[in-house]
Amino acid sequence: MAKLHFERPNIKKLNVGISNKFGSKTEFEPITEIDGVDIKELIVKYGSPLFIISEKTIRETYREAKQTFENRFPKVQFAWSYKTNYLDAVCKVFHQEGSWAEVVSRFEYEKALENGMPGNKIIFNGPDKTEDDLKIAIENKSFIHIDHFDELYSIMNLAEHLKKKPKVAIRVNMDTGVYPMWDRFGFNYENGEAWEAINKILMNDKLELIGLHTHIGTFMLSANAYHIAASKLADLAFHIKKKYNHTIQYIDMGGGFASKNTLKGAYLSGLDTSPTFNDYAEAISSALLNSEIPPDSLPMLILETGRALIDDAGSLAGTVIAIKKLSDGRRSTIVDFGVNILFTSFWYEHKVTPAQGFTQYSETSSMYGPLCMNIDVIRETITLPPLKKGDNLVVSRIGAYNMTQWMQFITLRPKVVMIDSNGITHIIRNNELLKDVKGLESVPEHLKKINK
Amino acid sequence: MKINKKIAVSESGFVFDSSTGDSFSVNPSGIEIINLVRENKAEDDIRKILLDKYEVSVPVLEKSLSEFLGSLRIAKIIED
Repeated sequence: MAKLHFERPNIKKLNVGISNKFGSKTEFEPITEIDGVDIKELIVKYGSPLFIISEKTIRETYREAKQTFENRFPKVQFAWSYKTNYLDAVCKVFHQEGSWAEVVSRFEYEKALENGMPGNKIIFNGPDKTEDDLKIAIENKSFIHIDHFDELYSIMNLAEHLKKKPKVAIRVNMDTGVYPMWDRFGFNYENGEAWEAINKILMNDKLELIGLHTHIGTFMLSANAYHIAASKLADLAFHIKKKYNHTIQYIDMGGGFASKNTLKGAYLSGLDTSPTFNDYAEAISSALLNSEIPPDSLPMLILETGRALIDDAGSLAGTVIAIKKLSDGRRSTIVDFGVNILFTSFWYEHKVTPAQGFTQYSETSSMYGPLCMNIDVIRETITLPPLKKGDNLVVSRIGAYNMTQWMQFITLRPKVVMIDSNGITHIIRNNELLKDVKGLESVPEHLKKINK
Repeated sequence: MKINKKIAVSESGFVFDSSTGDSFSVNPSGIEIINLVRENKAEDDIRKILLDKYEVSVPVLEKSLSEFLGSLRIAKIIED
């Protein structure tokens, strides 16, 4: 007869007190599969920890966002934010769905080209573009979003030298009523700097000003901030037409849409507080449609949202290494994934769910990663069923930023697999090997011999 | 090792200490262990019974059992 699943015995003292008005619940249902693929089988086959990407979820989320905006605005174009997740397979799914590429470095630019993006479907953002980067972007007819005057002058010089008219937009920062105001990127709207840049471009005629861009912040929990930003950009576009008889072809609202993750310190779950695509679409579309821009010359709306499109599609499966008691009796759970690969633990109260069945009993614990570092905290406090060494866990909504900001620290990064729309699993990034890391190193001749 | 006489244990996992008024919630495997102690089983016997019944390695079970019995002693639910 098959033996039964063992849950670690657990006793919890019951305290009478004021109930939690926010009603945070414990974990509830195990996550035993993703898109029909068994988590434990994935771990046996590919190892633990393991990043798992659901192609089906990417496509569904993208289509929902696109449809939501297209229901409200006539011309909408998404550009996949490479920095959010630039694994080629992930980028290709977005490109197949019709997304352009939005890149912020030469590395990302070349990745986009290799992913088959034509130059004229690549938006080049970011403060650090070398003359060589700009030259290639100009030759490829990419859209260069100018971040500062030094860059503007560089592009003007290159345009003269190359005898080309680069397609550019300016990045505009502004007060949208949220704190902190993001003013380190681009030209400021309120102090007239944005107009100064526009005047230089349009009076000079060396560059083709085709767009206006803004990126007002990250994880924006207020959709209204986008309404203010879109109104200000529409106002700029309208007055550019009036002053120079020049039509702005697109308004790029950047990214920053929140996912359903819960920020650290938040009282309520992100599921309840993050705006929906509907909220963002309504805020932006209404601002553009209600602006002074005539309906027959409305610009294209470009969106560079990354996090809200990919977070839900990513999961991290891992394993409990040990259960300990701290000096004050608190429980601590040590898992095999740390902040080195789950960078977003610094920002979010990640949802962590057991991958096997459990009873309704729970206990409160701290959850630490495997690094020999005090900062390696996945959750300061988490309420989970009693776990034991070898149990598996799934961290949900980790598709954004982790597979780009992860660190090769004291260990090697694990595999990333994608479950395709037919439920077939593919390795899309292999686990690192010691030789991958050591291959970049060299030891000077005089250090090669050591005394034994 | 025996159960404190002032302790009442329900099948659903509710444990009540009538001498202090403290109450506890215990999961099913914990209740099973308390009941085995009530049947005067020694720690070694309990270990064997659980190993036969559950899919668990010896080290994980030993650690879990020893820690749980320690918690029961601290809570004065069992005494030696």
